[in-house]
Amino acid sequence: MAELINRVAARGDSEAFRQLFQTFAPRVKSYMMRLGADPTTAEELAQETLLTVWRKAGLYSSDKGSAVTWIFTIARNLRIDRLRRDVPWQELPEGHDEEASNDMPPDEVVVERERQSRVQDVLTSLPPDQSEVVSLSYLEGLSHSEIADRLKLPLGTVKSRMRLAYQKIREAVEDLK
Amino acid sequence: MNITQHPDSSTLMSYAAGSLTEALSAVVCGHIAMCPACAREVRTLEAVGGALMERLDPVPVQQQSPLVILRAAEADNFDRAMPDTVADTDVPVPLQRLVGARLDDIRWRRLGMGVWHVPLRLSRAGEGDLRLLRVAPGQAMPDHGHGGAELTLILRGSYRDVFGDYHRGDVADLDSEAEHRPIADPETGCICLIASEQRARFKSLFGRIVQPLSGL
Ligand SMILES: [Zn+2]
Repeated sequence: MAELINRVAARGDSEAFRQLFQTFAPRVKSYMMRLGADPTTAEELAQETLLTVWRKAGLYSSDKGSAVTWIFTIARNLRIDRLRRDVPWQELPEGHDEEASNDMPPDEVVVERERQSRVQDVLTSLPPDQSEVVSLSYLEGLSHSEIADRLKLPLGTVKSRMRLAYQKIREAVEDLK
Repeated sequence: MNITQHPDSSTLMSYAAGSLTEALSAVVCGHIAMCPACAREVRTLEAVGGALMERLDPVPVQQQSPLVILRAAEADNFDRAMPDTVADTDVPVPLQRLVGARLDDIRWRRLGMGVWHVPLRLSRAGEGDLRLLRVAPGQAMPDHGHGGAELTLILRGSYRDVFGDYHRGDVADLDSEAEHRPIADPETGCICLIASEQRARFKSLFGRIVQPLSGL
């Protein structure tokens, strides 16, 4: 997938983009709907996300994570943008380390793929109570206190479950780079 | 820069997930611009978002991708440019749109008793409260409990409270149970960006200080 992004960046390769689109647009749409967007808005945001992938392909590099992670951050930011609409504060987590990248070295691509698959594994092995707060945070868009309300738990419990989940994730990828 | 105080990992997770409220996000964003360690953690936590997104059942997209490609081809310019940045700045880049490039150029509003502030505008949907606070050397920060989470990013000078010393780049990450009474450094005073999850409590805090002094 990283290679597809590099092909788009290097020569506006529309076949590579078509593959990216087919892989990711339906998942971004699903993500948006999960977060409460109606199907039309979710569709729009998915299209917008992939357009951004096209435009910013030249800025993609391994320090932005694997392809799916990078696309997640774009989708996340577009969603926040949409929520904030008339916005004074648009600076989004994507940050400003936006340097043009050359093709990503193959070993970094491998590391990113490895990181992604380990994260995937940890997520499936989290105890249900931890996995629940992680999913409410990422896929329902709830803040700590909203999660506490939803689960009728003290705020401190929500935070400590998130910390525990985080520790496991961190341990799983620690030795990578 | 030697940053020793970081946001809680649960705060970083919420930020990476895109679920931290607007005001709190501003503070974390400012911290990350100065703290490579937390920037790395956030990158890892973003991989969690990628992994979760990957696992969702795909929902068919109506519009055909060739159409999007056509639109994409029109938007031909590849974005490789570095964003404009001001060389002579002591404000982290992501905060410059909000705060301006230089702390010296901020136009403070006096709250009295060695405390100045500048409330910062959030989007209409944004909850909470975000403002710059300047506290004179040796002056106690306004005494308050917290309405929900509160994040403070030190931009200049330092302060001390029961939890430790906070210098430029450090973040104090407190939840509603915390009671503290920071004192600004006796030499330098302190300028910080404070975000609070809830508007009302924070306002009443300032309401208490402001009322007798400026009749606000
Ligand atoms: Zn940090």
